[in-house]
Amino acid sequence: MSEKPEESGYWAANIRIVTWCLVIWATVSFGFGILLRPLLSGIPVGGTDLGFWFAQQGSILVFLALIFFYAWRMNRLDREFGVDEQ
Amino acid sequence: MDQFTINLLFVGASFALYIGIAIWARAGSTSEFYAAGRGVHPVTNGMATAADWMSAASFISMAGLIAFVGYDNSSYLMGWTGGYVLLALLLAPYLRKFGKFTVPEFIGDRFYSPTARMVAVICLIVASVTYVIGQMTGVGVAFGRFLEVSNTTGLLIGAVVVFAYAVFGGMKGVTYTQVAQYCVLITAYTIPAIFISLQLTGNPVPALGLFAEHQASGEPLLMKLDQIVRELGFAEYTAHHADTLNMTLFTLSLMIGTAGLPHVIMRFFTVPRVADARWSAGWALVFIALLYLTAPAVGAMARLNITDQFWPQGTQGEAVSVETIETDPAYAWMMTWQKTGLLGWEDKNGDGRIQYYNDANPAMAERAAEAGWTGNELTRFNQDILVLANPEIANLPGWVIGLIAAGGLAAALSTAAGLLLAISSAVSHDLLKGQLTPNMSEKAELLSARIAMAAAIAVATWLGLNPPGFAAQTVALAFGIAAASIFPALMMGIFSKRVNNLGAVAGMLTGLIVTVVYIFLHKGWFFVPGTNTFTDADPLFLTVQSTSFGAIGAILNFAVAIAVSRVTAAPPQEIQDLVESVRVPRGAGAAAADH
Repeated sequence: MSEKPEESGYWAANIRIVTWCLVIWATVSFGFGILLRPLLSGIPVGGTDLGFWFAQQGSILVFLALIFFYAWRMNRLDREFGVDEQ
Repeated sequence: MDQFTINLLFVGASFALYIGIAIWARAGSTSEFYAAGRGVHPVTNGMATAADWMSAASFISMAGLIAFVGYDNSSYLMGWTGGYVLLALLLAPYLRKFGKFTVPEFIGDRFYSPTARMVAVICLIVASVTYVIGQMTGVGVAFGRFLEVSNTTGLLIGAVVVFAYAVFGGMKGVTYTQVAQYCVLITAYTIPAIFISLQLTGNPVPALGLFAEHQASGEPLLMKLDQIVRELGFAEYTAHHADTLNMTLFTLSLMIGTAGLPHVIMRFFTVPRVADARWSAGWALVFIALLYLTAPAVGAMARLNITDQFWPQGTQGEAVSVETIETDPAYAWMMTWQKTGLLGWEDKNGDGRIQYYNDANPAMAERAAEAGWTGNELTRFNQDILVLANPEIANLPGWVIGLIAAGGLAAALSTAAGLLLAISSAVSHDLLKGQLTPNMSEKAELLSARIAMAAAIAVATWLGLNPPGFAAQTVALAFGIAAASIFPALMMGIFSKRVNNLGAVAGMLTGLIVTVVYIFLHKGWFFVPGTNTFTDADPLFLTVQSTSFGAIGAILNFAVAIAVSRVTAAPPQEIQDLVESVRVPRGAGAAAADH
C-alpha cells in the first residue's frame, strides 16, 4: 500500500466526482421526473410534456451516461494518483 | 397446431437450452461455481447480471401496473434503473476490492462483529423471501395461463419447478446459462412490442413509437390514449395524480433497495478487477434499459388496444357484445384467460354487451343512467396478466405468444433460483458454518443448504397464496426491506471510518424492524388478509404507503447508526486501515472465500 488515500487527495477527488454525479442523478429523476414536472409542462414531447419523458425514458438514458462517465473518470483518476491495479 | 402445443414447444425448447448449456459449462472446476464472473468480459457479466436481476416483476408485472395507472407508476422505471447509479458509484468497486463473496461476510468483517454478520443474514433472508413471494405470484400467473389451469394450481406447479431448477445446482453460477436466459427474455419482450408498435404507429422502435403518431387517428399516441381513458371516466394516462411525497419516497426506496439486494451485489464481488466492477454496472444497466425503455411503450399501447377491443366503434359507440367475445377469434384471449380466474366479466344490465368504464367516477353517472348501464362489467382484470396476454390481444401469430410464455418463465425462474441460492448460502455458509457449527462437514453444509432452500420456497409459496399485491408490488416491499437494512450498513462501512459495530447492529435492526412492522400494519401480519390495522389508502405516517417506507427505514438506519457510534468507542485501528485499503483499487487480489 502506498500513501493513504486521504492524504494524497485521491479520496477527496473521488467524493467530489461522486457528489456531482449524484446531483445530476437526483435532478433528472426526482427533479425533472417528479417535483419539477410542472415547470417543464410547457415543453411538448410527442403528445405529452418533457417531465413525462424524463420520468419514463430520459432519466434512464442519463443514468447510463452517468455510470459510464464515472467508470471512465475514475479509471483515469486511479492512474493519475498511481493507485490503479497493475 | 394449437396454441397450447406451441407454448409447450417454446417453453420446452428454452428449458432444454438452459439445461444443455449448464451441462456443457459444468465441466469446469468447482471454484468456477463461486467465481462465476472471473475471466468473463464485463459485457458478458453485465448481461448475466441483467438476467439475474430482471424478474417476474420487471417482465410480467411492471408494464401492466404502468398500463392501468400511467405516469404515476413511472417510479418503477426510475427506481429499478436509478439504483444502478448508486451501486456503481457507492458500492460495487469497493466491495470488489474487499474481495469476499457474501454481503454478511463484508458486514461481519468491517464491523468486526459476529453479531453484525448474523443480523445481516437475517436482513438478507427477510428481504429475499419477500422477493421470492413476488416471483411465485408471477410464476403462478405464467403457469396458470400456459397450462390452462387455475392460478393456484399454476402456483403449486411453479413451486415444484422452481425448487427442482434451483436444486439442480450451480446453474446460477454458470454465467452462460444466464446469458441464454437474457437472450430469451429480451427477445420475448421486444418482438411483440415491435409488432404492436408497427401496428399502431408504424415505428419499429417501441420506445420511439410511444411518442409518435397514432396512425388510425392521426393524433399523438399518448394524446389519443389520454382522450379515450378520460371519456370512460378513468384518470388521464400522462397526468400526475399520485401524492408527490409518496411517489418520491417510493422511487427512492426502489433505488436504494436495488443497491441493497444481496444477489445483485454478489455479482460485483467476483469480476476480475476493480475497474471492471465499475464497467460491469454500466453494462448491466445497458441490458436492463433495453427492457425498461420498451416497458412504458408496452403499457401504453396495451391499454389502447384493450380499450379498443371493448369499444370497437369508439368510446362513444356501442360496447362489444357478449356473443362477439364468445365467438370472435380476436377475443379468444378473454376465453383462455378466464380459465385462470384472473379475468372476468358479467353482463350486469342484461343488454348483451360488456361496458368497460370507471363506475366510481361521478362524471360517468349521467351517461350510465342514459344508456342503462349498471356498473363496470369488466369485473376482474388482474394487471399481472397484461404482458403475457398482450400478443393475443394484438392478434399476433401463435409463435409470438409461445415466445412470451418462455420469456416470462425465464425471467421468473432465473431470479427465483438466484434468490434461493443466496438464501441457502446465507444459512449454510454464514449462519451455520460461520457461526453456529464451524466444524460441519462439506456434506452437511450442502444438505443444510438444500433444506434452507426447500423451507424458503415452502414459506414463499404459502405466503404467495395470499399475495400482498401484484408481483411487482410484492417485490417492491422486498426492495423496501433491503433499502432499510442492508444498503445503509454497506455504505457507512465504506464511507465512514467512525461507524462501529454497535452502531451498525443498532442501525440495521432499527431499519429492518421498523420497516417490516410498518409493512405488516398495512398489509396484514405475515400478509394474512384482514390482520392489518391501516391501509395504503389511509396510511399511518403522513401519506407514506407501505411500499414506500423503505426510504424512511433507510434514513432511520443511518441516523441510529451514526448516533450510537458517536457515543461509543471508535473502531480499532486495523478496521480503520481496512476501510482505507478498500477505498483504493491498488492491491486488489482475486476474490477469496474462507473455505
